[in-house]
Amino acid sequence: MQKDSVLEMRGIYKSFYSVKALQDVDFTLREGEIHALMGENGAGKSTLIKVLTGVYEKDAGEVFLKGAEGAVHIKSPEDAQNAGISTVYQEITLCPNLTVAENMYIGRTKGFVTNWRQMNAGARKMLESLGIPARAEQQLGTCSIAVQQMVAIARAVDMECKVLILDEPTSSLDESEVAKLFRLMLDLKSRGVGIIFVTHFLDQVYEVCDRITVLRDGKLVGEYAIENLPRVELVSKMLGKELNDLSDIKSGDEEAHIGSEVIYEAEGLSSSAARHPFDFSIHKGEVNGFTGLLGSGRSECVRAIFGADKVTGGKVRVNGKDVRISKPRDAMKHRIGYLPEDRKRDGIVGDLSVRDNIILALQVLDGFFHPISRAKAEKAADEYIKLLEIKTASSDTPIKSLSGGNQQKVILARWLLTDPQYLILDEPTRGIDIGTKIEIQKLVLQLAEKGKSVTFISSEIDEMLRTCSRLVVMRDGKTVGELRGADLTQNKIMSTIAGGGK
Amino acid sequence: MMKKVALNRRTGRLSQMTDTNLLLTITIVVFFAMYLAAMLFIGRGFLRVQTFLNILNENAALIILSCGMSLVMITGGIDISVGKLTALVCMSAAVNLDYNGGSILTSILIALGIGLAFGIVQGYLVAYLDIQPFIVTLGGMFFAKGMTTIVNATQFNVQNEAFVALKNTRIYLPVGSVNRLGKFVPAYVEIGVVVAIVTVIVLFILLRWTKLGRSLYAVGGNSQSANMLGINVRRTKFIAHLLCGLLAGIGGYVYFLHVGSGAPSHASGAEMNAIASSIIGGTMLTGGVGNIIGTFFGVLSLSTIKNIVALLGLDDAWWTNITVAAMICIFLVVQSAVLLRKKDRN
Repeated sequence: MQKDSVLEMRGIYKSFYSVKALQDVDFTLREGEIHALMGENGAGKSTLIKVLTGVYEKDAGEVFLKGAEGAVHIKSPEDAQNAGISTVYQEITLCPNLTVAENMYIGRTKGFVTNWRQMNAGARKMLESLGIPARAEQQLGTCSIAVQQMVAIARAVDMECKVLILDEPTSSLDESEVAKLFRLMLDLKSRGVGIIFVTHFLDQVYEVCDRITVLRDGKLVGEYAIENLPRVELVSKMLGKELNDLSDIKSGDEEAHIGSEVIYEAEGLSSSAARHPFDFSIHKGEVNGFTGLLGSGRSECVRAIFGADKVTGGKVRVNGKDVRISKPRDAMKHRIGYLPEDRKRDGIVGDLSVRDNIILALQVLDGFFHPISRAKAEKAADEYIKLLEIKTASSDTPIKSLSGGNQQKVILARWLLTDPQYLILDEPTRGIDIGTKIEIQKLVLQLAEKGKSVTFISSEIDEMLRTCSRLVVMRDGKTVGELRGADLTQNKIMSTIAGGGK
Repeated sequence: MMKKVALNRRTGRLSQMTDTNLLLTITIVVFFAMYLAAMLFIGRGFLRVQTFLNILNENAALIILSCGMSLVMITGGIDISVGKLTALVCMSAAVNLDYNGGSILTSILIALGIGLAFGIVQGYLVAYLDIQPFIVTLGGMFFAKGMTTIVNATQFNVQNEAFVALKNTRIYLPVGSVNRLGKFVPAYVEIGVVVAIVTVIVLFILLRWTKLGRSLYAVGGNSQSANMLGINVRRTKFIAHLLCGLLAGIGGYVYFLHVGSGAPSHASGAEMNAIASSIIGGTMLTGGVGNIIGTFFGVLSLSTIKNIVALLGLDDAWWTNITVAAMICIFLVVQSAVLLRKKDRN
């Protein structure tokens, strides 16, 4: 163990069934530093943290802590707390039925008895010093999510800890709360606490961190001092693309069939999930894309367009007319379709047949009191099974027995059947094989040629380059750029994601 | 209407209460309102102190069983074995006293031993093997039912003199009523009532002021969070079931002391009454919310309504069942209405 480090993790392995979540990962945290742990979703950040805090047991590897002889074995969060590791998790892990004060102290007080007066006094002091607008005796469940998150932070920093882990603590906080948190982190840092900071927000990383460790696909990419890793390189390391082999040729003829007519236009649109109001418009026959790192707000934006989350403001025009889209059905009535990101949760109805899944959206549009006749359903299903080459035993097969790619095609068929003028595809190619991916990309281009507007979202930038004629780049929930024509190159996109090539 | 206005004025304070305290308040207020109404409109027996004390005498065992049930329900579990377990405890103690020449002490030890054994086994299966508490205690229920008949298949009254003396012990209170001849008749309670009240007080203190008690609430509120907060969730669940089993042993003996006999049909349906009492007392089936004092008043409310139904001359079993069912429904509706209202305000 190095002299100035408080925590060292060596050769950590962890798999869930056959999925290798962590492979040979090393991590070092030094005294009095703020260390960012970066990576796309699924890179293994949360797994690494849960191994460290004893939520998961590691398959192999060793963990060393300052002041402990040899490797330490942390088997439960209780052990981790006793070893001086305190954690604020991504999801709020407090008990909603207990009071704010109890949540701050439960599980870490000594002795058999709970001293309410002492606990409430301690909690009040802490709440006041952090400016958290909650009473110590208040039931936690009645506080807002942001306040709950601040309470979790208060609990973590109040402990006598050597290592403080903050796993995406800022996602539900507003700017002033984030500023408060940063002040607190710098204060703890000066007292020699090592802080692990996980976040999707690049600005925040460059604001407070000293060092960055990047993970990708469960493997360690490297550890860097912040001054040696410009943003562009950080993004390329997270995405796994080297900057120099990113040349890509654009044919540029996609724009030929874009009409002048604006199909959909939004002004200052915002929803409960997409808090920053954004403007957006799409022309007839245009394919556009939203890009940005996961958590940058791209899905939230399209969900706001479709009314999938609670719309909180903004003006929307479809075909030049002012309309109100507050729920998916409104959007469907204006012939907007949305293929959701989470196929399993928002897309398929697993136990229904392929046919029933295909006619679902049309049925909703018609209303359930006008059932679609069996013959008509049969005809529609057969047509799309043939058209999209869906591999299924019959149209009666339950959709859950199909492969992921074919399920995706069924959902696509569901929307094509409603004959939308504007189709939003959120990660339509995730988790499906390469052949199907290309088919879907081709289909998108065909739709555009027929005069339909499509918004296409994908984590794979090459795919977007192949299909989109315009890209909206997002970072930290805000639109940071719009690229078209000659600007549509990997380099340009990545530098825009990273923030103006800083 | 008046109630609504009063509620409106008070929601400022209501919204500051924790769910547990809010439901407790509702339960206590409803119980007193109901008893007062019975005194005013039915009069007769309800005006005598002894009537109230008889409710306690009759239900001392149920109070203890319900306390155990509440502990388990607060952690988000359930224990449906306690009724049959009571029958097993009665039968075993009776056989020990009359056929095996046991003493009061040995019969008490047997009762506690059986309760503890059930608690340990069921607790282990629930907490460490992650089996659904409903399934585990369903098994426990069948096992206890079968064991009771194996111990002794028929009903019999215990003749052991020391036991009969203990059973007939009455603790007279300085209050009472004057009978028709103008003679003062002091009110009394049985020994079981003392045991029940001590149990309620001990468990109230446990839940309110000990780390274990607070852990029970945390586990019921969100067991995953509780784990992350450094609470040993498995151990906490285990202890809850262990205590519930032990309390079923104690409650079983108190029941035995009240009826003085062993029978396979004893305390049938007691587990359902215990669940009903806990719910009326403000314990939520989803876990994390509940109070022992509430459970105590839950038992009293349940038996008061039964008494009212009986005194109204609707003495058939189905009338009792229907009113109890209606009462549970009303309580659940009131609870969720108040909780929803509170949520809206925030």
